[in-house]
Amino acid sequence: MCGIVGLFLKNPALKPTLGKHLETMLIGMTDRGPDSAGIAVYHSPVSGKRSKITLFNANEGFAWRKLVGDMGADLGVEIDVEQRGNHALVTADTAEADVVAWVKAKHPEVRIMGYGKLMEVYKDMGLPADVAKKYGLAGMQGSHAIGHTRMATESAVTTEHSHPFTPAPDMCLVHNGSLSNHNNLRKWLRKQGQEFDTDNDSEVAARYFAHRLGEGATLKEALEAGLVDLDGFFTFTMGTKDGFAVLRDGVACKPAVLAENDDWVAMASEFRSLAYLPNIEKAKIWEPAPATVYSWSLH
Amino acid sequence: MNAFDLTKTPLRDVNQKLQSLPADTNEKVWHLNNLHGEHACAVGLTQPIEVHINGHIGYYAAGMNQKATVVIHGQCGVGVAENMMSGEVRVKGTASSAAGATAQGGLLVIEGDAGTRCGISMKGVDIVVKGSVGAMSAFMAQSGALVVCGDAGSSLGDSIYEARLYVQGKVESLGSDCIEKKMTPHHVEKLGRLLKKAGIDADPKKFKRYGSKRSLYNFHVDNVDAY
Repeated sequence: MCGIVGLFLKNPALKPTLGKHLETMLIGMTDRGPDSAGIAVYHSPVSGKRSKITLFNANEGFAWRKLVGDMGADLGVEIDVEQRGNHALVTADTAEADVVAWVKAKHPEVRIMGYGKLMEVYKDMGLPADVAKKYGLAGMQGSHAIGHTRMATESAVTTEHSHPFTPAPDMCLVHNGSLSNHNNLRKWLRKQGQEFDTDNDSEVAARYFAHRLGEGATLKEALEAGLVDLDGFFTFTMGTKDGFAVLRDGVACKPAVLAENDDWVAMASEFRSLAYLPNIEKAKIWEPAPATVYSWSLH
Repeated sequence: MNAFDLTKTPLRDVNQKLQSLPADTNEKVWHLNNLHGEHACAVGLTQPIEVHINGHIGYYAAGMNQKATVVIHGQCGVGVAENMMSGEVRVKGTASSAAGATAQGGLLVIEGDAGTRCGISMKGVDIVVKGSVGAMSAFMAQSGALVVCGDAGSSLGDSIYEARLYVQGKVESLGSDCIEKKMTPHHVEKLGRLLKKAGIDADPKKFKRYGSKRSLYNFHVDNVDAY
């Protein structure tokens, strides 16, 4: 079982409150996922060729400053680091691919949580309220954010298996459900050049959509292709640098509620997580239909 | 008028109070305010009281209802009025999946749309939906009536027994063993009475009727290879 929340702000005036609202939404899904929580927040974009990478090592005493010093020396660029819990947010004066390749080569013990120009990703064990507090979610500003709360039923409570999955720059996916054809799809995606970090079926879905978007599909087209190629149960919520989307399988047995008004679009597994959003009483609230793509874009 | 503020009184206490009212209670009308999507709100009521849920609500609202009238002034989650025995449940907004699931009696009115599997395994309840219903509605419906003023999603009435289905709009597809049936004056009259009872303004003559082909009732030896 797990809980999904997502908030996409249409009104830029609400940007300072993004984290605060997502925190309330995430805590609303505590009963559905008390074991661990993960968030992806789109905020504070870096400009030019700079990039943001969120890194993780379970040891809170990990020597991030040394890692960043070595990275800066090897890549010959300026790099900033900010530690949050057992994560480190690295801002580098170079393309994210350079940083990702360097970390993979030099520090296999460090996990890359997400990368791009504006997305930051934090996943940790514990109650959603504790995770949100630890990473300062309430203070994060931005345009959109996605969260996941997990109740582990079949595999261990680890950060590796936590959502969101981040298969491409500034792209994340959370999934409630299970896929039945993920082994074949993983094989096919490997042939297409996708590399996998885990044996998780949700990562297959994330990399599938990344692959389709990489081929040039729009968000809507990628999700429509997923309806054909992905077999299983799913409610997905996906974020890209300027987009937000929700998709359910044809049977739609994994819960989802959507709400929208002039200022925002919000998605949650249950209405409880939407109940405290501003002007919710005047929002349009509905259950997303099976096998139907719902997507929004900032532009 | 009696009212509960759900931010001050826990839902469990509210439900216990409503469930323990005596049959001769004078406290006939109740309002539940300041709701935030709670599950199992106003469930298991057994007295002819009127309960207004003034907000959006979570799963299984007004489940197992007997005799009470419950009005939900908002949107509701999965399984509203599930297993209702009698009384009336009215949803002013939209309802999620499995509205009226397994309900044995009473009237469920949804003034907005209902999600997938509306009336799944219904066993005698009358359900009137002013909007549309999602896929697989009236799945294994056994008795009662499902009235849809809008459209019905795919596989309507799959594996249906003896429930009556009336749809005014389009039916995306019919499920296994569900067929269109003739709308006789008898059915027009019955539907008209039900629409009136539900307070829905619609012309019963504009509806089509669907029901069971009754070919799945008994085991056919010809189908043995399929098992």
